[in-house]
Amino acid sequence: MVIKQLSVFIENRKGRLEEVTEVLRNKNINIASFSLADTAEYGLLRMVVSDPEEAKKALTEDGFSAKLTEVLAVKIAQRPGTLHAVLKKFADEDISVEYMYTLATAGKDTSIIMKTSNLEAALKLLETNGYEVCTAKEAYEINNFDDK
Amino acid sequence: MIWNETKECMSRDEIRNLQSARLVKMVNRVYHNVEFYRKKMQEMGIEPGDINGIEDLSKLPFTTKEDLRNNYPFGLFAVPQSEIVRIHASSGTTGKATVVGYTRKDIALWQECVARVLAMAGIGPQDKIQVAYGYGLFTGGLGLHYGAENLGATVIPMSTGNTQKLITMMLDFGATAIACTPSYLLHIAETLEEAGQIDNIKLKVAICGAEPWTDNMRREIEQKLHIKAFDIYGLSEILGPGVAADCEYHKGLHVYEDHFIPEIINPETLEPCREGEVGELVFTTLTKEALPLFRYRTKDLTSISYDKCECGRTLARISRFKGRSDDMLIIRGVNVFPSQIETALLEIAEVSPHYMMIVDRINNLDTLEVQVEVEERFFSDEIKELEGLTKKIAHALQNAIGLAVKVKLVEPKTIERSEGKAKRVIDKRKLI
Repeated sequence: MVIKQLSVFIENRKGRLEEVTEVLRNKNINIASFSLADTAEYGLLRMVVSDPEEAKKALTEDGFSAKLTEVLAVKIAQRPGTLHAVLKKFADEDISVEYMYTLATAGKDTSIIMKTSNLEAALKLLETNGYEVCTAKEAYEINNFDDK
Repeated sequence: MIWNETKECMSRDEIRNLQSARLVKMVNRVYHNVEFYRKKMQEMGIEPGDINGIEDLSKLPFTTKEDLRNNYPFGLFAVPQSEIVRIHASSGTTGKATVVGYTRKDIALWQECVARVLAMAGIGPQDKIQVAYGYGLFTGGLGLHYGAENLGATVIPMSTGNTQKLITMMLDFGATAIACTPSYLLHIAETLEEAGQIDNIKLKVAICGAEPWTDNMRREIEQKLHIKAFDIYGLSEILGPGVAADCEYHKGLHVYEDHFIPEIINPETLEPCREGEVGELVFTTLTKEALPLFRYRTKDLTSISYDKCECGRTLARISRFKGRSDDMLIIRGVNVFPSQIETALLEIAEVSPHYMMIVDRINNLDTLEVQVEVEERFFSDEIKELEGLTKKIAHALQNAIGLAVKVKLVEPKTIERSEGKAKRVIDKRKLI
């Protein structure tokens, strides 16, 4: 229900983003989805990865500021209006969405990663209204076509 | 523990009498043995007979670092070279090194002063102390070393330059005390944390000096390492480390007045300041043989108090330094001390004690950028939190120095660490 998202602080200078991805590659960790928020001085890379704890450890050892944040991934049908429906439910209950991005968009359903102001309340609200959410395991293993 | 109760707890009258007797003898000796001072006094129309006690101190000429440089290397020595058993030279960031010398008795004096400092911090023969100041021409290493040996502690002469070895020995030997710069100690603490060893150390006390540091930094050190940290002050021109130091009450540094007379003067007018008023610290040595100095201007800014301390010592105390008159930056016409920035930053929990001030001049306007490292614990996944933090820091700095400051958050460990004096300012302006 609760998914551990990895966020990394990246200074806006050459090679830092590439270094992050190199660390993950070296640990054979897959990035299921990501979002890169940028400011003039730095970027915040948010990722759902196949092994969040290991990834955080590796990045921290490599000198990065990395953190795990709890987020949810709600499944909605892929047609106009479905995103709006979810967001309206949240707004009506005074739950704010800090940020969001897609997790997986293949097929009839898509899953959207969201960080909300009150995670427990958000999950409960989704359950009450018949929405499905991804489990952590699902989220970490998604989009990984590596031949094991 | 008080190392020398007689000297550290005399009444103010006894101190004055002792200082007066010693000053008279010293002036006589200097007049007859140091050409530079004799000439100066003659120019001023003063003779040794005019100095009858400390009330006549202001009749004597001042001495500056330039005077030492102009008489480089041995021009101010008051004894023949055969009596000099040690030479030291100061770190001097510009121009020639400042050279100082010591006779056997001067070395003994130095050992006595440093032993007082260590005893004041609760260190004794049962302690194993790592001396992690640089050994060599710098007075820090050898000064603490000889003083600690005199005290009877087990001295482990680490010097600087190998943190790994220092930590290995700290753990293997069970070191209970350490002497090093406060910024280096924070670096050591970080290294211990990373290695997961910070709870395995037996360290109880640290003697930190050679660079200015704030009360907040002391608290940070004490909390991180679970130790007590004490401030030691000195300058090679007067002695080396051990001219003044902290007692357990941390309410100013006790000056060893039986050997050094402190004065606080207005650096512009050269007039004496009132007790408690901030001014430039000046020292006259009373018992040094090789390099006795009249009214040496230290460029350290502080104030003095003659009240008796709760620790029982009657020796005057100088307050935490407000900065040096040559550390001071002038940015857009505003006086800025790096220590102000440090104090403001350390009030903010999210910021690590490593920062860098970058001063520049763009389009004829001075700019100040302060780079701060984001502590891992407090790093956020939300931009708005990070922006909020940036604003909070900029706001705090603006309040502290009265100037708008640009704040740049940087990754941990990107600001250079130091083993000697911490470099906190990069001044890119070409002002000369």
